[in-house]
Amino acid sequence: MTKVKTRRLVLTYMFAVFMSILFLFPFLWMTTTSFKTADQVYDNPMQIIPNPFDFSPYQRLFTENNFGQYLWNTVYVTVLTLIGVILSSSVVAFGFSYFRFPKKELLFKILLGTMMLPAQVTMIPQYILFDKLGWIGSFKPLIIPTFFGGTWVIFLLRQFFDTIPREYSEAAKIDGANEWTIFTKIYLPLAKAPISTSVLFVFMWTWTDFMNPLIYLTDDKMYTLSIALQRISSGARSTDWPLMMAGSLVMALPIVILFFSAQKTFINGASMSGLKG
Amino acid sequence: MGLLFILPWILGLLIFTLYPVVASFILSFTRTGEGSAIKWVGLDNYITAFREPDFFRAILNTLILSLIGIPVAQIMSLVAALLLNVKMKFQGVFRTIFFLPSVVPAVATGLLWKWILNPRLGPINTFLDSIGLAGPGWLADPAWVKPSLIIMSFWGIGGTMVIYLAGLQNIPTEYYEAAKLDGAGSWACLKYITMPMLRPVTLFNTIMAIITSFQSFSNIIIMLDMDGGMKKAGLVYGLYIYTNAFRDFKMGYSSALAWILLAFTFVSVMLTYKFFNRSGDQEVS
Repeated sequence: MTKVKTRRLVLTYMFAVFMSILFLFPFLWMTTTSFKTADQVYDNPMQIIPNPFDFSPYQRLFTENNFGQYLWNTVYVTVLTLIGVILSSSVVAFGFSYFRFPKKELLFKILLGTMMLPAQVTMIPQYILFDKLGWIGSFKPLIIPTFFGGTWVIFLLRQFFDTIPREYSEAAKIDGANEWTIFTKIYLPLAKAPISTSVLFVFMWTWTDFMNPLIYLTDDKMYTLSIALQRISSGARSTDWPLMMAGSLVMALPIVILFFSAQKTFINGASMSGLKG
Repeated sequence: MGLLFILPWILGLLIFTLYPVVASFILSFTRTGEGSAIKWVGLDNYITAFREPDFFRAILNTLILSLIGIPVAQIMSLVAALLLNVKMKFQGVFRTIFFLPSVVPAVATGLLWKWILNPRLGPINTFLDSIGLAGPGWLADPAWVKPSLIIMSFWGIGGTMVIYLAGLQNIPTEYYEAAKLDGAGSWACLKYITMPMLRPVTLFNTIMAIITSFQSFSNIIIMLDMDGGMKKAGLVYGLYIYTNAFRDFKMGYSSALAWILLAFTFVSVMLTYKFFNRSGDQEVS
């Protein structure tokens, strides 16, 4: 009996290790390619680990391909989006959680319903609207709508605010606190955990967003990393694989680092976004 | 007072969701003519769509990718979750490794896989070559475009996997203990406890995958081009809407396409729901 069990466990380990190799190999391939010269890419037989290491793809990225500017643009859009989404969503979530007003639950159902709406249905009139406002080709269409709340964050924060005992705010009220003070002094400080989960996910979504920058950014100087990389890959340098892998690595690195520093939050957030349905 | 707090969201809903939804519906019955004058054309955009070969090609491509890609990806995510649910050493390390690819940005993933699938220099064909097999042209061969896209999507199953994992951890262990006492083997446990208990999670994952799959087009632009590659083998429905709207600026026609997408998504989600409920009833009987 124990023999069968051991054999089964060994097989499980072998399977897990095999899968891990399959999952990890692309990372290895991306990293090593980014340290190769153009000639080393054509090496036959193939050398997975480059010899010697070549740092020039990274040099090319930042000198000839303006990657510093794109990196800054992405940071700019991401930081402003984070400020917009977190500020507005926490206020709205507090409104949904703390107050009683007619049709509240109906409005909240509408909020959840909008998550299901395909972007394709709203993106064309949105584009026409932003065009009339003269916003196309600026960062405004990416940033300003975020100040009106992010559905997922509102949902997440409301769920949390609902668990805060009413006694806390009742006590503060007796001491003369108004609703705004209750929000900023009691609710927000308690919500550190769900707010950091929100920051993590909004950061990831904005940093990696492809569709919105693709539609709204027309000026080469304003591209975010997603669009810049896509343009490099479809342009004259489409065969410069070390350059493209270096770019992909630079773009992925902040997220991978963030993932390793907050693994639990990431995985719990991902599994929770599933179980809410 | 409460309304004051939720006011930002209400304004956002009106300006960025409700107004666009209404406007999109109206636009779908119009065409922009000479000098950007908007002309009412009735159902013409919808009728035109059903006469366009590209419209059917886009629907067919999307359906093929979804009907094959989604079930296989669900099974793989579930297998990965079952594997990680076994008590063993380094469980956390394995979980991290399996999940990691799903946080890599779509553009980076697309370029990386384009490079891995490179017919001449990529590691897969180099490996096949070394054991005497001729590798396919992958993304450069219209017949291999869809298999390539499906294969690369497996790399990102981590997000779905953790949802299954959470579902597995919600199943009370008493059920398995009771079944074991009755002499049930692992296979019977999987079939009669795990699978039925996971049905809501599976339904949720499948529906989310359908919604995502019907809309997605970024990976096609990144890995192929705006036409969906050679012979338009990768022309998916999301891409068809995107190019009609933002390359050809046919706002009326693309709005009609968006509403057809909404209808298709709705019907598919309903069918999936029905399918899951019926297969559930059979299990009971």
